[in-house]
Amino acid sequence: MPKNTAIEKILVIGSGPIVIGQAAEFDYSGTQACQSLKEEGYTVILANSNPATIMTDNTVADKVYMEPLTVEFLTKIIRKEKPDALLPTLGGQTGLNLAMTLEKSGVLKKYNVTLLGSSLEAIEKAEDREQFRNLMNEINEPVPESSIVHTVEEAVDFANEIGYPLIVRPAYTLGGTGGGMCYNKEELMEITKNGLSLSPVNQCLIERNIAGYKEIEYEVIRDKNDQAIVICNMENVDPVGIHTGDSIVVAPSQTLSDREYHLLRNASLKIIRALQIEGGCNVQLALDPYSFNYYVIEVNPRVSRSSALASKATGYPIAKVASKIAVGYTLDEIINPITGKTYAMFEPALDYVVSKLPRFPFDKFNRGDRTLGTQMKATGEVMGIGRNFEEALLKGIRSLESGTEELWLRSLVKEEKDVLVKRLKKADDERIFVIAEAFRRGMTVEELFDLTKIDRFFLEKIHNLIEFEMEIKVNRFSKDIVEKAKEFGVADAQIARLWGVTLDEVYEFRVQEKITPVYKMVDTCAAEFESETPYFYSTYEEENESIVSDRKKILVLGSGPIRIGQGIEFDYATVHSVLAIKEMGYEAIIMNNNPETVSTDFSVSDKLYFEPLTLEDVMHVVNLEKPEGVIVQFGGQTAINLAAGLERRGVQLLGTSLESIDRAEDRDKFEELLDELDLLRPTGKAVRKLDQAIDVAKNIGYPVLVRPSYVIGGSKMEIVYSDEELQNYLQKSDKVDPEHPILIDKYLTGIEVEVDAISDGETTIIPGIMEHIERAGVHSGDSMAVYPPQRISQTVKEKCLSAAKLISEALAVKGLINIQFIIRDEDVYILEVNPRASRTIPFLSKITGVTMANIATKCILGTKLVDLGYETGILPEQDLVSVKIPVFSFEKLRSVDTILGPEMKSTGEAIGYDKTLEKALYKGLIASGIKIPQEGGVLLTVADKDKEEVREIAERFDQLGFQLYATKGTAEYLGQFAIPVTKVEKVGSTKPNVLSTIESGHVQFVINTLNSGKKTRSDGFLIRRQSVEHGIPCLTNLDTANAILNVIDSTTFSAKPMTDKEVVVL
Amino acid sequence: MAKRQLILEDGSFFVGEGFGSEHSKSGEIVFNTGMTGYQELISNPSNYGQIITMTYPLIGNYGINRDDFETITPFIHGLVVKEVSTSPSNFRSDESLDHFLKAHHIPGISGIDTRKLTRVIRENGTMKAMITNLEYSIEEIVSELKNMKLPNDQVKQTSTVKPYVVPGRGERVVVVDFGVKHGILRELTKRDCHITVVPYNYSAENILRLKPDGIMLTNGPGNPKDVPEAIEMIREVFGKAPIFGIGLGHQLIALANGADTEKLKVGHRGSSHPVKDIHKNRTYLTSQNHGYTVKLDSLDGTGLEPTQLSLNDQSVEGIRHQLYPVFSVQYHPEASPGPEDTNFLFDKYVEMMKENYSKKEVELNA
Repeated sequence: MPKNTAIEKILVIGSGPIVIGQAAEFDYSGTQACQSLKEEGYTVILANSNPATIMTDNTVADKVYMEPLTVEFLTKIIRKEKPDALLPTLGGQTGLNLAMTLEKSGVLKKYNVTLLGSSLEAIEKAEDREQFRNLMNEINEPVPESSIVHTVEEAVDFANEIGYPLIVRPAYTLGGTGGGMCYNKEELMEITKNGLSLSPVNQCLIERNIAGYKEIEYEVIRDKNDQAIVICNMENVDPVGIHTGDSIVVAPSQTLSDREYHLLRNASLKIIRALQIEGGCNVQLALDPYSFNYYVIEVNPRVSRSSALASKATGYPIAKVASKIAVGYTLDEIINPITGKTYAMFEPALDYVVSKLPRFPFDKFNRGDRTLGTQMKATGEVMGIGRNFEEALLKGIRSLESGTEELWLRSLVKEEKDVLVKRLKKADDERIFVIAEAFRRGMTVEELFDLTKIDRFFLEKIHNLIEFEMEIKVNRFSKDIVEKAKEFGVADAQIARLWGVTLDEVYEFRVQEKITPVYKMVDTCAAEFESETPYFYSTYEEENESIVSDRKKILVLGSGPIRIGQGIEFDYATVHSVLAIKEMGYEAIIMNNNPETVSTDFSVSDKLYFEPLTLEDVMHVVNLEKPEGVIVQFGGQTAINLAAGLERRGVQLLGTSLESIDRAEDRDKFEELLDELDLLRPTGKAVRKLDQAIDVAKNIGYPVLVRPSYVIGGSKMEIVYSDEELQNYLQKSDKVDPEHPILIDKYLTGIEVEVDAISDGETTIIPGIMEHIERAGVHSGDSMAVYPPQRISQTVKEKCLSAAKLISEALAVKGLINIQFIIRDEDVYILEVNPRASRTIPFLSKITGVTMANIATKCILGTKLVDLGYETGILPEQDLVSVKIPVFSFEKLRSVDTILGPEMKSTGEAIGYDKTLEKALYKGLIASGIKIPQEGGVLLTVADKDKEEVREIAERFDQLGFQLYATKGTAEYLGQFAIPVTKVEKVGSTKPNVLSTIESGHVQFVINTLNSGKKTRSDGFLIRRQSVEHGIPCLTNLDTANAILNVIDSTTFSAKPMTDKEVVVL
Repeated sequence: MAKRQLILEDGSFFVGEGFGSEHSKSGEIVFNTGMTGYQELISNPSNYGQIITMTYPLIGNYGINRDDFETITPFIHGLVVKEVSTSPSNFRSDESLDHFLKAHHIPGISGIDTRKLTRVIRENGTMKAMITNLEYSIEEIVSELKNMKLPNDQVKQTSTVKPYVVPGRGERVVVVDFGVKHGILRELTKRDCHITVVPYNYSAENILRLKPDGIMLTNGPGNPKDVPEAIEMIREVFGKAPIFGIGLGHQLIALANGADTEKLKVGHRGSSHPVKDIHKNRTYLTSQNHGYTVKLDSLDGTGLEPTQLSLNDQSVEGIRHQLYPVFSVQYHPEASPGPEDTNFLFDKYVEMMKENYSKKEVELNA
């Protein structure tokens, strides 16, 4: 049946900013959807507020609206564009929820917009717990006993009926936000209360706990002819109880017999048919390990994180096929793009094992609650492909970049056995390593099974790996052992550790013994049909299928898993680099391991190697492909970290040289460089001994910025205001390592400005300068950035340009360079130089229209900017004001402090653009999920150093008609100036106190600042968490507060009396 | 485990570790792309004499259980896998795959590049192969394989010797056993049929004497042309009772009506083969396991017409007779292993038998 010709224009809704539970996977699916629809001749209108995505490139859709994803703005877009149809199922939960609201509010009907893919009823049946349960009962599919509650009392009543343990699942929240497992009444009451407040419909499901069951997922697809198939099934290594986003997952299932496989397959197909979905759907099931009993846990009537994974795991492009189905095609009409010969109507056959491992943010949030449960906490994921489970798992471990390339963590070696046992019982983010360590201590598979309920199949495999470790250890430089080790996926790094030799020694031994991998193709059909997909993974077997062409090739290294500090922005740059390389006529080869991304879509590059990004794995590809060189500047720190090793092994690095990178990153060399160029920087010194620190800080003068040298994303960086605070800091960072001294810099409070420049070493262009709203001290990734700058003079801009030019020339930059400045009294201080693609590349590219990664890649490959028509300078500023607003996932991460500082904490970003700064900020803030109220209350509780500054803020809120609340000190201070303020009691006092005030809903904003010293569980911490828990923005920086105030001011009209025009002399 | 080798007629060879029986055995080497269902495949009589390569690399994960056999004795001659599980994990697992194959004298070989092997078979077609010890030279084995004649009495080897009854209260079905899978019997029993299983060479007369409501022609191994007695029998029972053919049974119906069959270069073996129903314009995923196929153009003028075609290579997957209540499919609607999406064909068959019965009643009363 041919495509739907009744429609011409289709609106696609994206998923907005990246948050935990909704990451790059929706950029991948959205991009595929848009391309797939355009391919069919439809006009595609895209709405997404996330500028870091590929899908918001103007080449992906016909028209892109980077407007807030709210009903208000979507209605405006619909009114303007008059689309015939809306495709709601590719933008994650955000897109789906929005489409539902648009349909319910009658907007779609009013403008004659048809919903494609799933009907509103279908979506509701799947999403609304009660309707879902009713449907399951109707079609005879079992669901765990449960009750829908709207109050805590109802939850307790149900618990009295069926007993504990129970699971609480709030309705309509992302990634299970606010849910959790409860073993007693207290826990049930707390979690339910929290869940009800987070659920937009104040609804929670209380469910029988089936923890310990096997958790199995099926990705299914159905077309309008009721043809339905399974693309992939996946088995969670962690049984039911841990969110699937936080579980280690394997595909296909490993421990299910054909009968079990088809029992669950039949159930999944029955469900998608009952829901009448035309497109993709994800069904999560729980299977009793001791019988054929199973339960349906959840259904997502849309493309999901799991479907992105399934697409990469099988090669079957689910989003692409789902979009074609949405416009009327049937599965038997769509060609399987992998084979090009067969049809989309088939279930992929895998001849390899896939592992998915979650990437957690606890390297940044080491004080956060690390236990795993029904609330997803991972920010990203990696995938490993191997011809056995061990290889797939260990590739996944290597890809995580968590400081180890094996199932071994140094920190666990000293851990007591009973601590390990405890950590096995209550899983945390390091579970897989704890399991390995437990085996090293002689624990048995049975013991671990009792503690973890992980299937013995997986435990046996890990146990074997640990036993094999001993064999490696005692057989130094044995060819047989290394061969076997490599078949198991063991990294050179592990062999090196066990042998007590260097990485290079193992590598050389291996090369000499010719123990190197071959590459196999991911072809959806287990080699049954001939395929030409350029999608490969390595393994240690006989036949290599990756045929090397005779074209000139460039290898681009991707950025690995999404984590705090290294997000989707780097995938954006990577993809653009690949496209530029293709444009230049080279063969573009990419290596990456993140299944969520566009860069790992095999149709983007000429060749995709889905591999870990370690020196070992990159060398294997380099040795096979012999590229002209390797580009490392787009893959974030992941790729940059590989540069030194690659150069050491004789690989040609393209772009800015390693020596230059080092000059920018090494503190001493960097200082020399700036001195040489006569550029200003905040005074500072590196100290190698603790006792020197206080003296140095005194000399420089407080406040100072302290941090260890060679830091990434601002980790362990703090601003300290006194000797005492400095001492606190030093105590926490246990000992100073002479290799990596502590850096103490003058903390300058000026305007922070950021520049991304492109240079070929001779010409340097600045597409745009961005000014940060927050003063220096807040990590650039967490600050709001404004383009074009609003507060700096032309002279300052010229100074920035000249500095960028000098530095680029001195470093012989080829490609991108990011420079951060502090502007103080028209002076320009250099804070940081990163000779690589930065987080702001996609934002800047989109608002200036300069395709920065593309041009930079051309520079890397030898094109001169002059030849492209550029000369050194700042490109003309655009008329519109654009802002980048950071987005955080604090509500998902319990016990993580929300205070902003030099350490980055945001997970994503939203954009706002309009004619004025206030309008742009308004849109950006709305897009980031902050509500801008016209009236209400504000709670102020600030540190002494900020009191003077907060006075004006308080006055302005008062004038706008906001009710002010403040804690004792702040209230007293404001009282002096006759500002009306209600004093609230401190934490722990009888109610109403500060926490109950937040809880009561009287305040719309909390403004809280703190002195340094990071006291855990301080009152301030509790206040900040209380705000997050109740969805109230907590502003920890006064500049942020002022910006929001300006926005409120510009959108509110306050009643003002006429004032006399007389001069008041005080 | 001892090192052993797998040698193919074209000279390709693979060294791996032996498991299962230590015998040397030869047979036709094929590959199967199903990711689950190895127990069913090993015990499927249609696979008589084959050396099966599993393209999914981890085999034996859930062990061998007492429930999932398709016949009592497995007939395969060898199993080739990337990795065989030594510690199966599933609540129904009674023994390991290794243990089971040992008990049934079937050699297995693991640790080889099965993807490479699959590609070799895909390119060069199904061929003869042997799993043997390392001491034999490749040349020696290759020439032995070349001279070896594959058996043509596989049906005789797998069919029951004596008739037997699986009682039920519903339609009386005579199942002609060419190597019947338990799955077919299971589907008929599920529908309360009264089943009489008869040997492959049971005469038409004897079959009709049983007064069947329907005749089921089952799956079975090998070339349909090797079972001329069955072709003869089918001609005689044609039109006397509704017939449902599966696999070899389907091919035999074609031959009995004067159509032709041929060998596929590479068979269809796996759990995900799309088949399009021409009349319903609907595609189903099917479980397939065949090396021979009915030639599409040979159906012209035979009274048979195609009902279903393979979506990917347009080969014949289903036929029916234009006059008689006779239909057949090349694939396995009884699944085991594989998708159960075409299970409804058994309902259709039962319906057909009922209708035919009432038609007969009408005729008798007239």
